[in-house]
Amino acid sequence: MSSSAEEAPGQGLVIGSSRVVLSRVATLLLIAVALLTLLVVTLSTVLAVTGFPVRPALAALWEGSFGSWYVFGSATLVRATPLILTGLAVTLAFRAGIWNIGAEGQLLVGAACVAAAAVHVPALHPLLALPLLTAIGGLAGATWAGIAALLRRGFGVLEVISTIMLNFIAAHLVGYLVRGPLQEPLGIYPQSAELPGAFRIPALASGTRLTWALPLAITVACVLWLFLTRSAWGFRVRAIGANPVAAEVAGEISVPVSTFRIFLWSGAIAGIAGALEIMGVTSSLYENLSPGYGYTAIAVAMLARLHPLVVVASAILFGSLEAGAASMQRTAGVPSVVVWIVEAVLLLAVLLAGRVRGGQLETWLGRTFRQSSAV
Amino acid sequence: MVDTIEFFLQATVRTATPLMLAALGELAVQRAGLINIGLEGVVIAGAFGALVGVASGNHLTGYAVAIGAGLLLSLVFAVFTVYLRTNQIVTGTAITLLGLGATGTMYRASYGTPGSEVAIAAGTLSLPGVSDLPLIGTALFAQSPITYLLYAVVPAYWLFLFRSHAGLALRAVGENPEAALAAGVRPRRVQLAAVLFGGTMGGLAGGALVLAQVGAFAEGMSAGRGFIAIAIVALGRWHPVGVALAALLFGAATALQFLLQAMGWALPYQIFLALPYVLTLLTLAGMRGRFGAPVRLSGPPEG
Repeated sequence: MSSSAEEAPGQGLVIGSSRVVLSRVATLLLIAVALLTLLVVTLSTVLAVTGFPVRPALAALWEGSFGSWYVFGSATLVRATPLILTGLAVTLAFRAGIWNIGAEGQLLVGAACVAAAAVHVPALHPLLALPLLTAIGGLAGATWAGIAALLRRGFGVLEVISTIMLNFIAAHLVGYLVRGPLQEPLGIYPQSAELPGAFRIPALASGTRLTWALPLAITVACVLWLFLTRSAWGFRVRAIGANPVAAEVAGEISVPVSTFRIFLWSGAIAGIAGALEIMGVTSSLYENLSPGYGYTAIAVAMLARLHPLVVVASAILFGSLEAGAASMQRTAGVPSVVVWIVEAVLLLAVLLAGRVRGGQLETWLGRTFRQSSAV
Repeated sequence: MVDTIEFFLQATVRTATPLMLAALGELAVQRAGLINIGLEGVVIAGAFGALVGVASGNHLTGYAVAIGAGLLLSLVFAVFTVYLRTNQIVTGTAITLLGLGATGTMYRASYGTPGSEVAIAAGTLSLPGVSDLPLIGTALFAQSPITYLLYAVVPAYWLFLFRSHAGLALRAVGENPEAALAAGVRPRRVQLAAVLFGGTMGGLAGGALVLAQVGAFAEGMSAGRGFIAIAIVALGRWHPVGVALAALLFGAATALQFLLQAMGWALPYQIFLALPYVLTLLTLAGMRGRFGAPVRLSGPPEG
C-alpha cells in the first residue's frame, strides 16, 4: 500500500505527505495512460491481423461505451456494477491470501436465493424489502463461500480447487431451479417468474437503466477501503496476507479463525452482487444470468492492484470494454470475444510490470500463494 | 435394456476421452507443484487447432495442430509462472481469457457467422472381434483411435511416475524442490517440461473433442472442460489410474444426461451433473492427513 513511501522513505518524512500523495496520483495516471495505450494497440493489432476493419470497430467500441451519457450509464455503468462488487470480493480474499475464485458461484447462489425469497416474502414496502433481499443475497453468498472456508479450515482442502467445484455446483443448481421449483408459472421458459415491482431497485433517473445499485456498490468499496486501512480488522487481513506465520506468532492473530471470517465476507460481497443484479437488471433468474462476472472479477481486482477504490475505476474500464464489445459486434461485425484477448494482455502486462519494477506486490502474492494454505 | 446400457457405456467412454487427456496433462503439472487454471484456454485452443489442421489434411494433421496450439498457450503460462514467478491463479485466468478470445475471434474471421458449424466426420474405428463383446464391446473397442491411445498412456504414465528416475524427479520437485535441487534436479526445467506436457495433452483433449466426440467446432465448446479436468485430478487423488477412473465418472454423469433426455425421462439431470463435483469435494475432505495433493500445492512442508 505504502509503496511510494517505502521507495523514498526520506522524502516522505521530510517533505510531508502531500508530495507523496501527489506522486502517487501521478503514478496512477501514468499507469492508466499506459494501460489505455496498450488496450488500443492490442485491439488494433488483433483486428488488423484477423482482417477486421480497425477504425469502424474502434469507433463502435467508443460509441457503445462512452459515446453518450445514455450508453455510459445504461451500458457501461450497468455492467460495471456487478464487476465492482465481485472485484471487491476477490480483492478482500486475495489481500488475505485466500484464493477465492468462486465469486461466480457465490454470485449465482445469491441471485438464486433472492429469486426464491421473492416468491415467499409477502409484498413489503420497498424500503423494507430491498435491504432484506440484499441481505439474503449476501447471506447466501457467505454460506456458499463458507463451504470452501470450512473445507479449508477443517480438512485442508485447497480453496482454488474447492471454489471451482462450487462454481459448477452453483451453475447446475440454478439450471435445476429454473426448470423445477422456481420455473415461471407457465412452465415454458427455463427462468424464474419476474420479481414483483416492490423487489426491483428503482432507476437513478428516468430514461436510464442505471439503478441505485451503483451508488451502493461504490459505498461498499469505500467502506471496505476504510476498514482495510483504518481498522484492526483490516490490519489483520493485511498481516495474514503478508505473512500468516508472523501474524500468528508475533501478531497474536488466530489465523484460521480470521481467515475463515474473511472468506465469508468475501462470499457475502459476491452474493450481494448477485442480489443486486437480479433486483436491478435481469429481474428474473436464468442460467446465463452472469456472463462470467465472477471470473472477470479476478482481472478487475488485479488491474486495481487489490486497492478497493481503484477497483471502482478498474470495473468501469472492464464494464466499458464489455459494453463496447457488444456494440462492436452489432454495428461493425467484430466478434465481441475479441475484448477477452485485450483483457488477457492487460492482465499479463500487469503481471509483467510487477516483475520489472521488482514488484513488491507480486513477490508478496507469489509468496502468499505458497504459504496461504499451510494455516 | 441391453442396448440402452451399451449406449450409455459407449457415450461414457466417448465423453470421458477428452477429459482424461486434459486431466492426465494437468496431473503432471500439479505433481510438479503448479496448478494451471488456464487449462480451459489450452483445451479450446486445441479444439480450434484441430479444426484448422483437419481442413488442410486429415485427422493426424488435426491432432498435430491441436498439440501445437496447446503448447503455444502453455508456453506463455510456463514463461510467466516458472521463470518470471508470477502468480499462478492470475496467469491462468489470463491464459483462459486469451484462449477463449483468440479462438472465438479467429473462428469468426475465417469461418464467418457465429453458430455455424464445420462438420468433420468423427473417425470411429471398430476393432474386429472384441467390439462384439456383450455390453463392454462397443464401449471399449468401437471408439476413436485417440481413445485406444489412452489404453497405453495410463499404464505407461504409472510406470513413468512411480518407477522411473524422471518420474521421481517430477514428484520431488512438487514435494520438496530444495531437496530436489540438492539431488541435482533442476526444478525449473522439470516444471517447464511438466507444463509443456500439460499443454500437449490439453491440446490433444481439444482435438479429441472436435475430431472424436462432437465432429464439429463451436465457439466456447470447451464449456468448462479445462476446469473439470482440475476436478478430475483431485478426485483421482493425483494418481494416473485414479485420474482415469475419475474421468470415466465425470463422463458417465454427462452420458446419463444424454440417456435421460433420449429416454424422455423427466428426471432433473442437473443433479447428476452436479454429483461428481460434490463427490470430488467429499473425496478431498476425506483425504485429510493422508497422501493427497503434492506438498508444494498445499503449502510448505511440515517443520
